[in-house]
Amino acid sequence: MDILSYSAVELAAAIQSGTVTAVEAMEAVLSQIDRVEKDVHAYVTIDKTAAMKAATVTHEKIKTGELTGPLAGVPMALKDNLCTSGLRTTCASKMLENFIPTFSAQAVLALEKAGAVLIGKTNMDEFAMGSTTETSVYGETRNPHNTAHVPGGSSGGSAAAVAAQECFFALGSDTGGSIRQPASFCGVVGLKPTYGTVSRYGLIAYGSSLDQIGPLTKNVTDCATVLELIASYDAKDSTSIQRKDTTFTSALIEDVKGLKIGMPRDYFGEGLDKEVKESVLAAAKVLEKKGAILEEFDLSLVDYAIPAYYTIAAAEASSNLERFDGIKYGYRTAEFEGLHNMYKKTRSEGFGPEVKRRIMLGSFVLSSGYYDAYYLKALKVKAMIKKAFDAAFARYDVILSPVAPSTAPRLGESLSDPLKMYLGDIYTISVNLAGICGISVPCGRDTKGLPIGMQLIADSFQEKKLLRAAYTYEHAQKGAE
Amino acid sequence: MERQYETVIGLEVHVELATKTKIFCGCSTAFGGAPNTHTCPVCTGMPGTLPVLNKQVVEHAIAVGLALNCEIAQCCKFDRKNYFYPDNPQNYQISQLYLPLCRNGHVEIETQEGKKIVGIHEIHMEEDAGKLIHDEWEDCSLVDYNRSGVPLIEIVSEPDMRNANEVIAYLEKLRMTIQYLGASDCKLNEGSMRADVNLSVREVGTTTLGTRTEMKNLNSFKAIAHAIEGERERQIALIESGQKVIQETRRWDDVKEYSYAMRSKEDAQDYRYFPDPDLMPVYVSDTWLEQIRNRQPEFREEKMKRYKKEYDIPDYDIGIITDSKHLSDLFEETVAICGQPKKVSNWLMGETLRLLKEKNMDPEEICFEPAYLAKLIELVDSKAINSSVAKDVFEVLFDKNVDPEEYINQKGLRAVRDEEALKKAVEEVLAANPKSVEDYRNGKEKAIGFLVGQTMKAMKGKADPGMVNQLLRELL
Repeated sequence: MDILSYSAVELAAAIQSGTVTAVEAMEAVLSQIDRVEKDVHAYVTIDKTAAMKAATVTHEKIKTGELTGPLAGVPMALKDNLCTSGLRTTCASKMLENFIPTFSAQAVLALEKAGAVLIGKTNMDEFAMGSTTETSVYGETRNPHNTAHVPGGSSGGSAAAVAAQECFFALGSDTGGSIRQPASFCGVVGLKPTYGTVSRYGLIAYGSSLDQIGPLTKNVTDCATVLELIASYDAKDSTSIQRKDTTFTSALIEDVKGLKIGMPRDYFGEGLDKEVKESVLAAAKVLEKKGAILEEFDLSLVDYAIPAYYTIAAAEASSNLERFDGIKYGYRTAEFEGLHNMYKKTRSEGFGPEVKRRIMLGSFVLSSGYYDAYYLKALKVKAMIKKAFDAAFARYDVILSPVAPSTAPRLGESLSDPLKMYLGDIYTISVNLAGICGISVPCGRDTKGLPIGMQLIADSFQEKKLLRAAYTYEHAQKGAE
Repeated sequence: MERQYETVIGLEVHVELATKTKIFCGCSTAFGGAPNTHTCPVCTGMPGTLPVLNKQVVEHAIAVGLALNCEIAQCCKFDRKNYFYPDNPQNYQISQLYLPLCRNGHVEIETQEGKKIVGIHEIHMEEDAGKLIHDEWEDCSLVDYNRSGVPLIEIVSEPDMRNANEVIAYLEKLRMTIQYLGASDCKLNEGSMRADVNLSVREVGTTTLGTRTEMKNLNSFKAIAHAIEGERERQIALIESGQKVIQETRRWDDVKEYSYAMRSKEDAQDYRYFPDPDLMPVYVSDTWLEQIRNRQPEFREEKMKRYKKEYDIPDYDIGIITDSKHLSDLFEETVAICGQPKKVSNWLMGETLRLLKEKNMDPEEICFEPAYLAKLIELVDSKAINSSVAKDVFEVLFDKNVDPEEYINQKGLRAVRDEEALKKAVEEVLAANPKSVEDYRNGKEKAIGFLVGQTMKAMKGKADPGMVNQLLRELL
C-alpha cells in the first residue's frame, strides 16, 4: 500500500508494527510535496532538513519503545499562525516575514510530545482574515481538486495539504469557520472544538473570544485522535477549561440510533446552492437510515450572526494586532521620521488590505460614542444566539446543515466583493459566537467535481456526539461505495 | 470687592503592589535588575502569548479596598486601554474601566483644621508599563520591560479636598494604611506611589465644579504642595483676566516649579476600552472576602489606643512610633522580648530617629533585629557596658545588624568591674594631675569631673563611671 494513502492513525500503526518507518513516511511526504506543491502551494515554510532530522530522532525513539502513541512518527503540518520555536511563523503577513518565535504553541507541544513530526507551516489568509487563502502575502493556495479554485480559508493551506497528501494531518484555527469551510472545500474532515477545549497559548490571536485550534484530517478517526491529544487544560490560557471527557476516540462508534438531529430551515433557504443542498439532504437521509431522527426547526437570529461576528472579531483584532508596530519584532519600514511616522509607515506597508479593513472596522466600533451602539450590541446578539442554540439543544443532540452556501469559488472571484465573501460564513460563524463545537464532513461533490461538506453542530462539550454521527455517516458512505 | 475662590481637588493615586511576581506572568517584580532581565514572552508582548492573573494582586487590592471602606465587587472585569507607545509592548494596557474591583469608599483625614472625610470613588487593578531610556548621545531610545506588567492599583478619590494640607494628609493616610497592610512600600520618590492631581477652582458659594486640569509628575509632597498652589494661582489668574481654563493634562517641573500643558481634551486619545477577551471575570466569593477581612492587620488608630492602654509611654512617642508600620513592629517585637517599653521607646525616639535623620533614611529601611536591641538594653541594665559605649554599639547595630554581645566581646568593650585595676588607674590619674587634686581639695567640686574623665580615658571608656567616681572620692 502506498504510504501516502494511509490515514494518520493507519500510518502510526504501520510505523509501530515496523512495516514503515517515520523516516520513510517523511521521505514520502517530502517527495509528494516536490511533485504537487508548485500547483497547490499549501505551505509558507518547509524546512526539509529539520523535518528529516526530526523524523530520524522520532524513528530512534519509536525503535527504543520510548514513543508508542497513536500519532508517533506521523508527519504533520501546522497553520502558520501557530508559534513554532525556532521556525519562522508569519501569519502569511509581511509584518511577520522574519519572525521566529522563542516558544511553541501548547497544542504543538502536545503533538510533538506524542511523536508527530513537523513538516512545515501552511498558508492561510493574512492573520486568518479571509475565507479563501488569497489574502496571504506569500501568494494564494489552490484547491487540490481543481487548481483554478480556492481551497477556502483561512486555514486553506492546512486543508489543501491534507487533501493533496502533502501531510497526514494538519492543525488549523477557526474563528468564524476557518477550519470547517476549507475542510468542506477540500473534501477533508475539520473540527472546531468547544471554546476553551484547546489552549490558545501560542496561537497568534485574531478574535480572541472566538478563536479555537482544531484538526484537519483525512477521516473522522484521525480527527478524534488528534483532538484527543491537543485537548487539555492549560494554566497559561485563562480561557482554557478543565474537561474530564476528552477521550474522544471512545466516541468512534457506528451508532446513531435515536440520535435527534435538528435541521434549521434558516440554513437551507435562500442563497444555498442547489447541488450543495441536495448533497447535504442526502447525507441527512443516510443518518436517518442508520436510525437517527431528523426534524426541521427554526433556529432564528441567523441574519444577525454575520454583523455581530464581524463587529466582535474586528474589534478584538484591532486591539490584538496593535502589538505589530515595528518596535520589538517583525517588519519595520526602512525610512521614517519620528515615532508616529514609523508606526504609520510600518503598519501601512506591513499589513495587507483585508487586515487593514478589519482593523479600521474594529477601531471604529470601539470608538467612544459608538461602543454601545456596535460592540456592546454585538455582544448582546452573541448572548442571544447562544440562547437560541440552548433552546435547540434542549430538543436535539446534533444540528445538521451545510458548511458553506456553495462549493469552492474560482480564484479571484471573492476578493472583488468582500461583502459576498463575508456572507459565505453564514452557516459557520454562529458556532463560534455561541462557543459550541462543529465538524465538517465530506458528503459528495458537485458536477464540477468540487467537494461538498456537511456540518454537524453540537452543544458545548458534546464533541463526542459530533464524532459519533460523523463516524457513522463516514462508514455508511464507505459501505455504499 | 475681591472675589474669593475655592480650590477643588481630587486625586488619582497609583500604588505599586508588593507581589513577588508580575500581574499577568511569573516574572520577578524586583527593582533594579539589568534591563530586560525580568521579562518573558508575556510581558514583552510576543505574539501568541496570553495573560494569567496573579491572585495575590487581587488579594492586596481587596485588602486596600476594605481598609478604605470600599464596597468590593462580587464580579469585576479587566478591560484593554488601547494606545500606541513603545513602553507598552502590546500597545494596550490591561486595566479596569467598566467593572472595577472596589467602589464607594472613604477615609478620614486630619489636618490642623480638624477631621474630614474624603470619598474614594473607586480602586482598580492594572499593569505598569516599561521604561523608555533616551540616549541623547546615540540619539536613540531604548526600552526596558522589567517594569512592564508590575501590578498597580489606582485609587481614585472624590473631589473632596480643598487645599494642599488636605491632599498631603490624604496621601499620608493612604501611605500608612497601605504600608500597614504590607501591600506596598509606597515610596513617592521611587515611584511605587504616584499621585496625579485633578484641580479646579470656583467662586466660594457656587456648587458647580469649574473646569479641571490634571497635573502629572509629582514626585514628593513638596512638589504636590507647590503644584497645587501654582495651579490654583494660574487658574484664578485666567478667570480674573476673563479667559477660560482649558481641560488638559499638565506636567509639573519640580526644578523650575511651574507646569506646562501636555495635551488638551481635544487631542485626548480615544482609548477604545473594551473587555479583555483573554481574561475571565474575577468573582470574589463571600468566603474569600471573609478570609481577607480576617487577615487585616491592626491599623494605626487601634494601635495607638492599645499602646496607650498597655504601655507607659508618652502620647508623643506613641504618635511617632505608630506613624510607621515597621517602627511599631520593631517596638512591639522588642518589648515582647525584653518587657521594657519605656527603654525600647527611648532607643527608638532618641538614637534611632537621630540616625535616620542623619542618614536621610525612612523608618522602613531600618535593618536591625528586635532581639539585638533587646540584648543591648539588657547589657546596659546589667552594667556590662555603660551608656556611652551602648550608644556606640547601637550605631554599629543600626548600620550592620550585628549581635551586640558578640560585638562588645570581640572589641573588648565590656565594662571593667575589676576594683584593683580601676584603683590602679585612679591612682595613676591622681599622680599625674596634682593641680586638679589640689583644686578639688580646695573645694572645687568641678575638678572631680575632669578626673573621672581622665580615668575613663585611661580605661578606654570601659569603666563604670559610678564606680570611678566612688573610688576617686575615697582616694581623695
